[in-house]
Amino acid sequence: MWFASPADVRERLSAVDYLSDASIATSVFLAGALGKPLLAEGPAGVGKTQLAKAVAAATGAQLVRLQCYEGLDEARALYEWNYKKQLLRIQAGSDRDWDATHDDIFTEEFLLERPLLRAIRSEVPTVLLIDEIDKADVEVEGLLLEILSDYQVTIPELGTISAVRKPYVVLTSNATRELSEALKRRCLYLHLEYPTPERERDIVLAQVPTIEAGLAEQLARTVATMRTLELKKAPSIAETIDWANTLLALGRTELDEATIGATLGVVLKHASDQTRARKELAL
Amino acid sequence: MSLLDRHIGFVHALREAGLPVSLAEGLDAARALQVIDLSERDSLRAAYASTLVKRPSHRPGFDVLFDLWFPASTSGLYDPRQEGGSHAPDLDLEAAPLPELRDRLARLLLGAEGMNEFARAMVERFGRQPAGPGRQNWFSYSVMRALSPETLMARLLAEVLAGQERGGLAEKVARQRINENTRRFEEAVSTDVRRRIAEDSGIERIARSAVRPPLEQLDFLRITKADLARLRREVHPLARRLAARLTVKHRLGHRGRLDFRRTVRASLSSGGVPLNTFNKPRRPHKPELVVLCDTSDSVASFAHFTLLLTYALREQFTKVRAFGFVDTVDEITRFFVPGADVVEAMTRLTQEADMVRFGRTNYGHALEEFAERYGDAIGPKTSLLILGDARSNYQPPALETLRRLSAGARHAYWLNPEPTAQWDTGDSLATAYGGIVPMHECRNVAQLAAFIEELA
Repeated sequence: MWFASPADVRERLSAVDYLSDASIATSVFLAGALGKPLLAEGPAGVGKTQLAKAVAAATGAQLVRLQCYEGLDEARALYEWNYKKQLLRIQAGSDRDWDATHDDIFTEEFLLERPLLRAIRSEVPTVLLIDEIDKADVEVEGLLLEILSDYQVTIPELGTISAVRKPYVVLTSNATRELSEALKRRCLYLHLEYPTPERERDIVLAQVPTIEAGLAEQLARTVATMRTLELKKAPSIAETIDWANTLLALGRTELDEATIGATLGVVLKHASDQTRARKELAL
Repeated sequence: MSLLDRHIGFVHALREAGLPVSLAEGLDAARALQVIDLSERDSLRAAYASTLVKRPSHRPGFDVLFDLWFPASTSGLYDPRQEGGSHAPDLDLEAAPLPELRDRLARLLLGAEGMNEFARAMVERFGRQPAGPGRQNWFSYSVMRALSPETLMARLLAEVLAGQERGGLAEKVARQRINENTRRFEEAVSTDVRRRIAEDSGIERIARSAVRPPLEQLDFLRITKADLARLRREVHPLARRLAARLTVKHRLGHRGRLDFRRTVRASLSSGGVPLNTFNKPRRPHKPELVVLCDTSDSVASFAHFTLLLTYALREQFTKVRAFGFVDTVDEITRFFVPGADVVEAMTRLTQEADMVRFGRTNYGHALEEFAERYGDAIGPKTSLLILGDARSNYQPPALETLRRLSAGARHAYWLNPEPTAQWDTGDSLATAYGGIVPMHECRNVAQLAAFIEELA
């Protein structure tokens, strides 16, 4: 068992400075209790990757991370045979007959473990983070299906390897493309949105402990107002925290119009967004 | 009703509202019910949401149905004195005079606790309207009229700002917070009204009418201003998704010519014998796009959204030119420079472009004028895309001109935001125009996305 109850999740995550809400806590708890992967989707910078790291830290599990990108394939994600070493082995033992060599070169010794296989074979509790699954090609989703539903990997030369201990799987996605229904069906779905101003204030206070409570509150409220404007990219939590650090570095204790105008580049990263914010917020 | 029956009924209601809930997902939800504390409503909601709802656009509909099937309280058990007592021992919500209630509401709008209890008590007091002997109706507008939270804004702002300068950032921030809380209050009231109606006349009846279709299914012609703003926010994510899908399609498409360089390189590892051949990917087909759109009021929101989307998808086309008309044509490409502000582009478009002569849509004249002034925009590489409802106020249709234009283009398409059943009614020339340029029904974002995928 990973967690005892949603309340337990909240407590232990907040001990590692990750502030959750009811839906995060329940989903994280259910993913552990039902042994299903957790698919976290939402805009960039709302703490999807951080969630997996926090779960690993809170439960003392090891974190295995698979970063997805275009062109990711089986050899990088799952396992690969160490061809060079196999070649050496064949050349070194050239006097032996074929059957013995064949049995010899397809063994553990010549297998290169990649993140997915490592997570499956791990003996200690493991959190497997499959990051930005939407960046990978559609075929990778197919590759994941066997792992996500049965926690096993089939290697033709070795047979099926089942998980010693079911890993806790977290997938993250920025929704740049629709994931397949088959993948979604196997996962619990958690949509992470921008937090309420109250929660965002607490997050800033947890991440930037030296900031004053009043300033954190002002920051959270201002960012919430910015998110209601029609922007190309609304500021994320990560950017709010950057902003808090910027203000600290500048030694400001008050968030007035002039300060916001001078540091707007920290939170808004499109020229048109900045113009819009200046106009709407009368900076 | 037992828990199992309620679970089954809820899952059925979700399916009826258009959420694709599979059998396996229903079982997952049932399993989840065994491990969570059922008395905690928030985690019950989260458990259902994470097992059954896998698209953010389905979430609002889910929330409405959840509130109906698993209400926070029932009228029989509700005791206002007891429940109100925990939050406001000084105020009897059933008998207190209106000004005191408004004071209470003002405090709630500034962020005090107990919004839901207050909303329930207010529906109990103001929302009831007798409808025949022994029956009653519940309305949220009568609650809103009695308390009118909008009129509290000036007072609340004065209170929050307390002497600070008006019009600045502080006011913006305060306004945003109060508006957000007002919206929450309205939502709490309508949720409770729906619950009471459901208690009187059965959940199924209200469930059918209460759930709004998800954003991508909304009808362009019946869209509200707030929905349009929400849609505009979706333009860039939607464009990104479409572009990603198109790239995948191109890559998976037919293989092109032999890539000599790569093949020879790969053959080196097998002693110069080319075991595997490699092909060059085919050059993606990028059409030039000319968009001609009806910008009159009746179809404006459809035209605006489609224009935004085509411009967000610029990279998928070699060149995009846009023309707008009501009864005369003007080129509107200049309003959509890269990085332009969406809202501003739309306001400038309506103010500055010269598209109106008499102010009544005239397709015939617009087409003639387009052919005369911008006829050279259309060439053998161009795809012509016409957006409009083909309602021309009984003016001459200029079919010949359209035939000439579409013959000059590589492809021509017509997107009509009206449902097919309404084509050819009244002044619609759908079939006449549709005989020359293939006409597609395009009522919502889902249909539009499907069309664009086919086009590029």
